[in-house]
Amino acid sequence: MTSYLQIDHLDKSFLRGGVISEVLKDVTLTIEQGEYVSIIGHSGCGKSTLLNIVAGLLPVSAGGVLLQGKEVNEPGPDRAVVFQNHSLLPWLTVYDNVRLAVDKVFSSTKSRAERHAWTIHNLDLVQMTHAKDKRPGEISGGMKQRVGIARALAMEPKVLLLDEPFGALDALTRAHLQDSIMSLHQKLGNTVMMITHDVDEAVLLSDRIVMMTNGPSAHIGEILEVPLARPRNRLELASNQTYLKCRQRVLEFLYERHRFVEAA
Amino acid sequence: MNMPLAKVAVTSPAVTAAKPSTATVLPIVPKRSSLKARALAFTTNAFVTIVPPVVMIALILVVWQMLCSQPGATLPPPLTVLNDTWELIVDPFYDRGGIDKGLFWHMSASLQRVALGYAMAAVVGVALGTLVGQSTWAMRGLDPIFQVLRTVPPLAWLPLALAAFRQGHPAAIFVIFITAIWPIIINTAVGIRNIPQDYRNVAAVLRLNHLEFFYKIMVPSAAPYIFTGLRIGIGLSWLAIVAAEMLIGGVGIGFFIWDAWNSSRISEIILALIYVGITGFILDRIVAFAATLVTRGTAAN
Repeated sequence: MTSYLQIDHLDKSFLRGGVISEVLKDVTLTIEQGEYVSIIGHSGCGKSTLLNIVAGLLPVSAGGVLLQGKEVNEPGPDRAVVFQNHSLLPWLTVYDNVRLAVDKVFSSTKSRAERHAWTIHNLDLVQMTHAKDKRPGEISGGMKQRVGIARALAMEPKVLLLDEPFGALDALTRAHLQDSIMSLHQKLGNTVMMITHDVDEAVLLSDRIVMMTNGPSAHIGEILEVPLARPRNRLELASNQTYLKCRQRVLEFLYERHRFVEAA
Repeated sequence: MNMPLAKVAVTSPAVTAAKPSTATVLPIVPKRSSLKARALAFTTNAFVTIVPPVVMIALILVVWQMLCSQPGATLPPPLTVLNDTWELIVDPFYDRGGIDKGLFWHMSASLQRVALGYAMAAVVGVALGTLVGQSTWAMRGLDPIFQVLRTVPPLAWLPLALAAFRQGHPAAIFVIFITAIWPIIINTAVGIRNIPQDYRNVAAVLRLNHLEFFYKIMVPSAAPYIFTGLRIGIGLSWLAIVAAEMLIGGVGIGFFIWDAWNSSRISEIILALIYVGITGFILDRIVAFAATLVTRGTAAN
């Protein structure tokens, strides 16, 4: 059986100063189309490495990643990444940042006017059209991340990769953006793989939560289904038994069975 | 779009509260100050920037006048300088053939040499800097050579250039070129090497080709560094041209100074030095201005 996105017996090791350190060991995971999967684990467990491999930004040491049955070995717009620090180009306006991606991906399939309309449409999706002529330096962190999401969505990716997208934001802005992401996922049905270290965020957004053990040689410790109906509402969930149970499971995994020793 | 949003926020806060995603993005409309206030601010600003240097210059001139008016003084006081060189100041465009020309012609000859040498240094320097910044092997091979060559004083190149070109004019241009190129190469290379990995990742995900990467990521990202190099380069070129022209002769501000010294016209040397200083300052400002135009927004991250 072939899944939409398949991570198959993946190993990754780095050579640092003549010493080989194994970061990921035998990671196997399948993600179905339209599914929202979070990867959670302590820092240093290699979850960002995993995302970078799926993005094609890092080569694998062994095993492989298949997207719709085709092997992934280089970066491409079909696996758009929303980076933790937004990675907008500061010399381009908000519009031009998104337009750059649109022009590149749809250079042969859309006309100029269509590309303009598509750029505006994606800025509309994240409610950033009002700031389209501003430069990234002139807007807040949350807005930058919205534009980053618009840029990724505009590529019409097969898989949307979110690398701790809200990690650098304050709690209120983060909640706003989580709600936005939820409604976008609801509306567009993207397949999403998100790296996070926030337990609430993982439970709120995901269909499944993949819990990574600590490195070195990190692997998948446990996969938790989140059987909560969508659309989800953070206020209602706060007292929902299923939500609390899921949250409890993740917390137990992270803080009892796989305590991060070095942090102490 | 901006106006209605602002209105909503003012008239009914409840509506904005219901739309949290738009509530965070209220545009700030800058208040336009009145004409009178702006005129006042402008005058104050002009006063603050212009008056202190004017006072200082007057002070220096007074001290200079007092020191050099004493019997036995070797240098002329400012009033004598003004008196001696009045003809040169009021008529910079005269041309009596040979090297007996007005200061405008000397300055323009020097500026032309600098323009040519500097333009070549800018093009070659940015190209070489890009190569060294982008390729590890080019850096390993070329960087040690650059580090040694850049310490060679500009004038030391002149005899070699004269031997190679057999003429003063191209030799002087070569000296400018070789003087200006090192800071341009080194700063460009640093700028290219400092392109954040994030931008490279974005380029990789978008699958930008080499040309697109160069224009859309590399040049804008490294522009502040490149312009630092260009600014140092223009200063050094202007420093080198005066010395080079003293040696090669012909028309040019450097030779004008040397010629004045040989004829003991000290006042003319002083006038020429003032011109050289002001021109150097203007050249620096032009490159700095170009830098602010090109790199607008690059630094804001």
